[in-house]
Amino acid sequence: MALLSNTAVLLGKELRTEFRSRELLTTTTVFVLIVIVLFSFSFDPTSEESRRFGAGLLWLAFLFAASLMLQPCFLREQSNDTLGALRLSVSDPFAIFLAKLVANTLFLLLTELLLLPVFAVMYNVQVLPMLHWLVLVFFLGSLGVSITGTALSAISAQARMRELLLPLLLLPLLTPILVASTEVTAVLFDRSPYVQWKGVGFLAVFDLAFLTILWLLGEYLLEE
Amino acid sequence: MPTVFSPTGIRFENIDKRYGGLYALRRVSLEISAGECVAFAGRNGSGKTTLLRIAARLVRPSSGRVSFLNGGEERGVPPPAGFVAHATMVYDELTAEENLLLFARLQGIAEPVARIEALLREVGLVERRGSLVRTFSRGMRQRVAIARALLNEPAVVLLDEPTTGLDPQGASWFAQTLRQLRDSGRTILMSLHGESEVSTLATRAIQLDAGAVVADTRAGANFRSVLAFANA
Repeated sequence: MALLSNTAVLLGKELRTEFRSRELLTTTTVFVLIVIVLFSFSFDPTSEESRRFGAGLLWLAFLFAASLMLQPCFLREQSNDTLGALRLSVSDPFAIFLAKLVANTLFLLLTELLLLPVFAVMYNVQVLPMLHWLVLVFFLGSLGVSITGTALSAISAQARMRELLLPLLLLPLLTPILVASTEVTAVLFDRSPYVQWKGVGFLAVFDLAFLTILWLLGEYLLEE
Repeated sequence: MPTVFSPTGIRFENIDKRYGGLYALRRVSLEISAGECVAFAGRNGSGKTTLLRIAARLVRPSSGRVSFLNGGEERGVPPPAGFVAHATMVYDELTAEENLLLFARLQGIAEPVARIEALLREVGLVERRGSLVRTFSRGMRQRVAIARALLNEPAVVLLDEPTTGLDPQGASWFAQTLRQLRDSGRTILMSLHGESEVSTLATRAIQLDAGAVVADTRAGANFRSVLAFANA
């Protein structure tokens, strides 16, 4: 119970500070919007072409968004040593991770849902018929990215070359989840779309496995 | 100061702390009795901050152990500690009240609103309770930091150069607060640079040099010389 109540309090803090400054959401949305627009000039976005490349481009843009969003996640806690104050206050340090990864997932999901209509219009892709399945894939993919990214953000925040370290560690670890998310999304963009349950299952297992690892090792990641 | 805590002593046994090949602390063994007010003196890099962070359980020693004592017996659960560090340990993007409410809720403090009201009044920030901390001066931020550290009625108070940023009036106010804390029987460990109004409240002075204890004295002949070490 203490874990859940601490997580709820910390999630409230994460949301309050972000919606007050809107630093992450604004910069990430604008950046990813530019990426989507630039990609649209690189090939003719007919619906046939978009079905072939769209899912990959979309997840590449989401990866850029995640890299931007996850970097300051623990870095912001260091300037005033607020991480120390949190560690002194919570009964279970996993609450700190849980709140941050839920906040990151929400922010990422919000960015993705804001970009989806722009993508649909610019790339001539029908998203409405499969929207609920797309949201599920976006959720599972974003959760996986957030779990891995939040853990790596905690590690890299204490390193000397922190700005370089996070993308270097993040990209190889995220490859499986990006491949699975892209494949499931591509099938949903198909002329006769369907849900690739194998891929959805893989995303769920990936999320669960990395969440368990984070729960077991989280305390050590926060140590100075 | 209310006295709802249980008096707690601290025992450091053969503490070593290494960062790579560099020793921050070497074989530090100390026993701090419940209710003592200990001032750690020493130059920059002598290990004062590391020792306080180990006592706060923010840093794990490379070897050795720290235990907390209650009536000579080891406590199973470490006591609540109040820690004031170099950094303020509060969020600039939140107001003073929001910061205190956040940490009070995390610590499960009963009736947090009343406790925060009392603390804000005590640190003289009740008028600015709704202002963002980033609009505060360094001294005001330090007052919020002190209020945060005292939220949970700590049995052990750890202060790392607590008067940083405080003006003479603020330092005098802090000395008065510290006196109340000491007289209420709390165990206080603080790192200081040289003599000040605050340092005169110490009942024991310990000098660190290159991570090792080089002097340990209670009020007496060379007490002041140990406290004044950093000025030498």
